[in-house]
Amino acid sequence: MSIAATQKRGFGSFLWDYLTTVDHKKIAHLYLFGGGFFFLLGGLEAMFIRIQLIKPENDFLSAGLYNEMITMHGTTMIFLAAMPLLLGLMNAVMPLQIGARDVAFPFLNSLGFWLFMFGGILLNCSWFLGGAPDAGWTSYAPLSIQSPGHGVDFYVLGLQISGAGTLIGGINFLVTVVTMRAPGMTYMRMPLFTWATFITSVLILFAFPALTVGLFLLMFDRMFGSAFFDVALGGNSIIWQHLFWIFGHPEVYILILPAFGLFSDIFSTFSRKRLFGYTAMVFATMLIAFLGFMVWAHHMFTVGLGPVANSIFAIATMAIAVPTGIKIFNWLATMWGGSIEINSAMLWSLGFIPTFTIGGMTGVMLGSSVADYQYHDTYFVVAHFHYVIVGGTVFGILAGLHYWWPKMFGRILNEMMGKISFWIFFIGFHLTFFVQHFLGLMGMPRRYWVFLEDQGLDMGNLVSTIGAFFMAVGVIVFLINIIYTAVKGEKPGDDPWGGRTLEWATASPPVYYNFKQLPLVRGLDPLWIEKTEGKGKMTPAEPVGDIHMPNSSILPFMMGLGFFIAGIGFIFQVDHSAWLIAVYAGMATAIGSMLIRSLKDDHGYHIHKEELEREAD
Amino acid sequence: MTDNTSTNKIDSFRKQKAKEEMKKQLITFALMIGFTLIAFAIVATEAMDKMFVVPILLILALVQVGFQFYYFMHLKDKGNEMPATMIYGGVWAAILTIVTLVVITWW
Ligand SMILES: [Cu+2]
Repeated sequence: MSIAATQKRGFGSFLWDYLTTVDHKKIAHLYLFGGGFFFLLGGLEAMFIRIQLIKPENDFLSAGLYNEMITMHGTTMIFLAAMPLLLGLMNAVMPLQIGARDVAFPFLNSLGFWLFMFGGILLNCSWFLGGAPDAGWTSYAPLSIQSPGHGVDFYVLGLQISGAGTLIGGINFLVTVVTMRAPGMTYMRMPLFTWATFITSVLILFAFPALTVGLFLLMFDRMFGSAFFDVALGGNSIIWQHLFWIFGHPEVYILILPAFGLFSDIFSTFSRKRLFGYTAMVFATMLIAFLGFMVWAHHMFTVGLGPVANSIFAIATMAIAVPTGIKIFNWLATMWGGSIEINSAMLWSLGFIPTFTIGGMTGVMLGSSVADYQYHDTYFVVAHFHYVIVGGTVFGILAGLHYWWPKMFGRILNEMMGKISFWIFFIGFHLTFFVQHFLGLMGMPRRYWVFLEDQGLDMGNLVSTIGAFFMAVGVIVFLINIIYTAVKGEKPGDDPWGGRTLEWATASPPVYYNFKQLPLVRGLDPLWIEKTEGKGKMTPAEPVGDIHMPNSSILPFMMGLGFFIAGIGFIFQVDHSAWLIAVYAGMATAIGSMLIRSLKDDHGYHIHKEELEREAD
Repeated sequence: MTDNTSTNKIDSFRKQKAKEEMKKQLITFALMIGFTLIAFAIVATEAMDKMFVVPILLILALVQVGFQFYYFMHLKDKGNEMPATMIYGGVWAAILTIVTLVVITWW
């Protein structure tokens, strides 16, 4: 089937190829495309929010629509943009960095993507099917229980489906790193981005079940008359907050650790130096992940947990500043005395350091439980988390895209446009969010759709909105850059940056089996070692032999589609039982596909030694 | 000829190992059924005070989980350190969560 499909030409076969692919590099393209699409959607929602707040008592959006906007902006950016974009980069690079031919479970990799994509589409269908969710991205009970219409139902089922996809992706990466490292690639020789992928996957594995449980309880409360969060019937609405933040705090590390990893790789590459304090960096990452599970209640200081609980969580929270500080200083020390090359990837990385440090500083301020009573639910919090998530994750994604674009697509992004988009976005970002710290301290509350005139908030909000337009222009320049590069971009060869890690030892873009012969790794920064010894090429660890490859499959797509249809059915079956047909049809599609997958043996195929030898090196 | 004997030796060694493994599995299986019967018996006969029954049941359950992990899921075998680390990480995260919620609620 796969061979026939690749031999046909035209758009149909191109589409079929991507729908059925199990190749980690193509799945990376899918993740980047899907995540990029939702990023633009979330950005559009952000622009609507800022336009509404451009002047006092504006009526650009109605109050209800504003609630839907802020909910969808947050949910989309976190679950459907930032995480998939990071998963895309991990898919594109991590298997190459450990010298593997693919991930451990290529089929699951594809399934993870399609579940995410269909979950995201389901969530966004709400705009056209009676209104989007409007209870905030945290969807606190009892607000989320009482929210009329189907908005929150879309939130529950959309996130449930895409969350399952993320969980599958995380487990897949874990197994890949544990079992598929090339000969000689010990744990302490793995590049920091691979380490970050590994530890992030552990976080996904342990954090997402809490969200799954919370969403199930919410689903049963809303659709099937249970009362987990209904105080009047003996439930407890605080349980939602605990479950959500037991997931939610590790989630912010799921967003930031991969960025930390790729910044480490970028700083070391463009400073022409080994990463300073490699071991400390690895253990700092682990420590952040470990501590990340015992701080969730810092989001709940004002709930009334009592002074003892608040103090414990405050101290645990501040402890995280220590490993994070270790990282910041190690990056500075990596650059210290290096022969630094400043290009777009490096600019985003350099911009990240002060931005993220400000976000970390306000984080420690918020972590002080007594002071938090003042900051809670004001724009100070909004400013804080945009400094860490945009300044960390989004800057990281953009740095990573500039850095690995030649590896992923064979063409290098235009430097000039890269620098322009960085400066416009960077200035716009600080215009938008720096002033929000002060708006918050002056008492402007989060999530309100209007503010009153002459309360000292007019100027700040205007500046903030102007900044948002700068950010939009920065993103548009980046999009133009992508199109320009696709049409006219230079082809820089396999190793444009003087890379140190294994991904730069492959072709750009890599052949579908990545490595003809698995490379022999002789230390940290394996390619750099070979370069310094005058060889410049990896030593093969095995003779040329048959390569076992997985077959493409449409089943992951069908499973995603099935759950999507079933999700729609679940949402509307409360209105009319005829919708149960959709539940049954969707579940039949999904479970039928699983049955086919289980019962029909699919052993993949071999690329034979002779074919490999015939191909030009 | 020499080849043959050495493979034979390995074969008999493997058989020996497999036999021991099977024995262990069966013993564990029997023990687990025994534990389950005891648990049922304690509750059904109402022989003990509720104060004692609950902790005893929990301990029995814990031992069974241990058997499950170490004998049936082969955590005791070599080369399974990474899964073991992961499982204990998960157990740690779960315990932490439960302890915190219990303490916050009843302390
Ligand atoms: Cu947190």
